[in-house]
Amino acid sequence: MKAVIHIMPHSTLLDPQGRAIALALQEQGYPVADARQGKRIELHLSQPCDKATIETMCQELLVNGVIESYHIDMVD
Amino acid sequence: MRAAVLVFPGSNCDRDIATALRVACGAHVSFVDGDEETLPEAALYVLPGGFSWGDYLRCGAMAARQKATKALKAKAEQGARILGICNGFQILIECGLLPGALVKNKNLTFICKKQNLKVENNRILNGKLKGATLSLPIAHSEGRYIADDQTLRTLAANQQIAMRYGTGGTGSTDDNPNGSVDNIAALTNRRGTILGMMPHPERALYDWHGSCDGKRFLQAFCSS
Repeated sequence: MKAVIHIMPHSTLLDPQGRAIALALQEQGYPVADARQGKRIELHLSQPCDKATIETMCQELLVNGVIESYHIDMVD
Repeated sequence: MRAAVLVFPGSNCDRDIATALRVACGAHVSFVDGDEETLPEAALYVLPGGFSWGDYLRCGAMAARQKATKALKAKAEQGARILGICNGFQILIECGLLPGALVKNKNLTFICKKQNLKVENNRILNGKLKGATLSLPIAHSEGRYIADDQTLRTLAANQQIAMRYGTGGTGSTDDNPNGSVDNIAALTNRRGTILGMMPHPERALYDWHGSCDGKRFLQAFCSS
């Protein structure tokens, strides 16, 4: 069993990495208006877990709610 | 004065701040490993600069969850004096001992330079260096302070903003190296017992460092 957590900077937060990526693509002629960079964490679970437990992991360690939002995909 | 410096894998300013506290304040300094569950009695606890746990996940996130840091949080509740410098500031924020967040510099570069800073509130400096401009080194990639409007209003109302970048004071946008909101470079908690700062006072002790202002700062901070 696997949990996949997708973490993104809040939409209101300036994301200079995403902006740099967008600029690089624009300079190569691609039609990119904006980009935002986040991260993906895959947890390989040693025993079945409910989503609430993964939520707790996110809140206690994996995500900083001041700057990031997230969503969880549970994968069998 | 007894001081204890917490050390994590990747801390790299632990010996520097220990030396600085000895030189500037005559402190007796001990080191505490991040794995320790109990902390020695000390008048000051220091979270040093560096790259604790390789900045994995988020800067300071791993160190904030170590045993010694949990013990430090308990000390903080009892009113212990804590100084977090650079990565130490990031750890204080990840611990929830200071509000807001420190994120990647606006220009994406690692900034390493001498920086002018204005002392905005000197409560944590025992009333010294009021309004002073200090020249201290900064060296960070993730030092852009951000917080929501409500938090910023609270910080201002409670006089928790200890230092700002530049020389212009409130509202000035001059010489803001990393894009921090309101030029914030150093913060205290509401009680004024905990200080988090991005600049490195331990790197400005002697003339040959280019500035002695770190020594002045630490002497004010440690005076009573």
